[in-house]
Amino acid sequence: MAKNTLYNKIWGAHKVDTLPTGQDQIFIGLHLIHEVTTPQAFSGMKERGASVGYPQRTFATVDHIIPTIKQLQRPYQDTQAEIMSKALEDNIEGTGIQFFKPGSGKQGIVHVIGPELGLTRPGMTIACGDSHTSTHGAFGSLGFGIGTTEVGLVLETQTLALNPFKVRRINFNGTLTNGLFAKDVILKIIQQLGVKGGIGHAYEFGGDVFDAMSMDERMTVCNMSIEGGARIGYVNPDQTTFDYINGREYAPKGDAFNEAVENWKATASGSDAQYDDTVTYHTDDLSPMVTWGVTPGQSVGVVDNLPALNSYSEDDRKVAESAYEYMQFKPETPIKGKKIDVAFIGSCTNSRLSDIREAAKVLEGRKVNPNVQAIVVPGSEQIKEAAEKEGLHEIFKAAGAEWREAGCSMCLAMNPDKLEGDQVCASTSNRNFMGRQGSPTGRTLLMSPAMAAAAACEGAVVDVREVLK
Amino acid sequence: MTIIKEVKGRGITVPGADLDTDRIIPARFLKEISFENMGNYLFYDVRFEADQTPKQHPLNDIKYLGASVMIVGRNFGCGSSREHAPQAIHRFGINALIGESFAEIFSGNCKAIGVPLFTASKAVLDDISKIIEADPSLELHLDIEKKQLTLNQKTYSLTIADSHRESFLKGYWNVLTLLKENTKKIKETSNNLNY
Ligand code: SF4
Repeated sequence: MAKNTLYNKIWGAHKVDTLPTGQDQIFIGLHLIHEVTTPQAFSGMKERGASVGYPQRTFATVDHIIPTIKQLQRPYQDTQAEIMSKALEDNIEGTGIQFFKPGSGKQGIVHVIGPELGLTRPGMTIACGDSHTSTHGAFGSLGFGIGTTEVGLVLETQTLALNPFKVRRINFNGTLTNGLFAKDVILKIIQQLGVKGGIGHAYEFGGDVFDAMSMDERMTVCNMSIEGGARIGYVNPDQTTFDYINGREYAPKGDAFNEAVENWKATASGSDAQYDDTVTYHTDDLSPMVTWGVTPGQSVGVVDNLPALNSYSEDDRKVAESAYEYMQFKPETPIKGKKIDVAFIGSCTNSRLSDIREAAKVLEGRKVNPNVQAIVVPGSEQIKEAAEKEGLHEIFKAAGAEWREAGCSMCLAMNPDKLEGDQVCASTSNRNFMGRQGSPTGRTLLMSPAMAAAAACEGAVVDVREVLK
Repeated sequence: MTIIKEVKGRGITVPGADLDTDRIIPARFLKEISFENMGNYLFYDVRFEADQTPKQHPLNDIKYLGASVMIVGRNFGCGSSREHAPQAIHRFGINALIGESFAEIFSGNCKAIGVPLFTASKAVLDDISKIIEADPSLELHLDIEKKQLTLNQKTYSLTIADSHRESFLKGYWNVLTLLKENTKKIKETSNNLNY
């Protein structure tokens, strides 16, 4: 059993009681909500005649369903999107929950704006009706996704009934040299530990690579913990964390900030921390990663060939076979050179300013291949503004890529941004599931923003390290 | 508080590993603001062509019509936290699932809406599937207390998380009442937080 880890400390501080079911009742420090997973929770509350218990701990945004073109024009062309957005507005009305609506300068993907506004802080428990809530673990908090019934529980009681987690320490040592990014690190980890390896676990990420990472990069890794089955992924807070939070809108200020930093430091795993298990990797074995299949674990280094069928156990072979069939790829062929039709740079994994800068670095002075549609979707209104201040949007436009407004966009295609037919998309998002990007036969290759930008120019998968040479 | 001690009904096998929530219910159906119609969209893109012609799929097979226990593979329900996935399954008529393993958020969502999940080894699951396929009219009897399945006079022991078992047997699966009882302690916990 894990002892004296950040997980143990935060769990202890938020434990209200042990329930007769054997589960722990855990207080939720920060609750983030969006339009898609809340309407049924609010209607349930209405039926019960209940009200929001701790409205000052819940914050709302719209991200999944909104268009990324002419976002402020209401009503939306898609009536369902209009009804859903309106439902959120109506449900929040009068509750005291703060709403970061489009045009407020604070709207964006829920996992992008929480950190950006200083709402996400070390030591917190953070819940949201969205599995990528693990992103917030980058700050040394415990963030996890919940279902809609649970959203209702948090709204009403600010607590949840949860089973304790095991803690796996994942060390990544070495350095990320040119062309290697946080995305490659997490894709490698999932490839190694499998898509269900993390079930029942919180992943604690550490080692040289994480010590040197920016907050943006740590968020990219924690974001995809859930793709490895781990509902929680976190990095212990350090000076990088505190510097990021300092001065943000909702962060404590002045003396309160200094005091908070001391508390935050104390939540980090102790030097005597014990883990349920530990694994260690090194960047020596890392090359830019690309997924070739239909789970985030089906990936290869860009220099490698797709796996042979006989490299799998009998069970896994069936899964691999169906992935090959869906993707229309052949085993043992190179990933490099696989044609793409669309490049999507965005999502809560890779839509932050540093991601957009990396994509711009590749696209500057280059042209998107005429057969490719490339769209760049910033994660928030703040990021959009900051990128435009740096002139990055001009680089994208000059290259022939579309510069959009903030939202989830083609990550799950609940808005008008969708793949068509069996198009192949070089995507910086987190899921390559069948049909994920809006077409039941659409195909997704996950990779870093620099790799996606390079693929957009080439019209096919390339090694960004060769492009940047 | 509704106590759930057992689930009885006919079975259906939906094979495959890592069946994610996007496949269980594609994102475009999440645009509705109620769960009411979700049962109609279960496994939609796997069951229907773009022009809505049914494909070959166990859920489209008339011989399994009315089944209420679903047999699945490993890591079932991975992916997003959408409760639409268990809602679609439940509203389609499924009241319990037996699988090799389940993703965590999916599992919590199922408990929250009163759908028990059991796990068993692949060998046991294959055995059960074979029996169901040979005679889909047979009734499966899932006993939560005893953690076992009876089918065709054979008994199999299954696994179910202790906390889930307790929740169904005592009616705590709808956990709201329990959580609300602690109002004072909740306040205290909140007041002690220092971030
Ligand atoms: S960007 Fe994608 S993964 Fe992230 S919250 Fe939006 S839909 Fe979910």
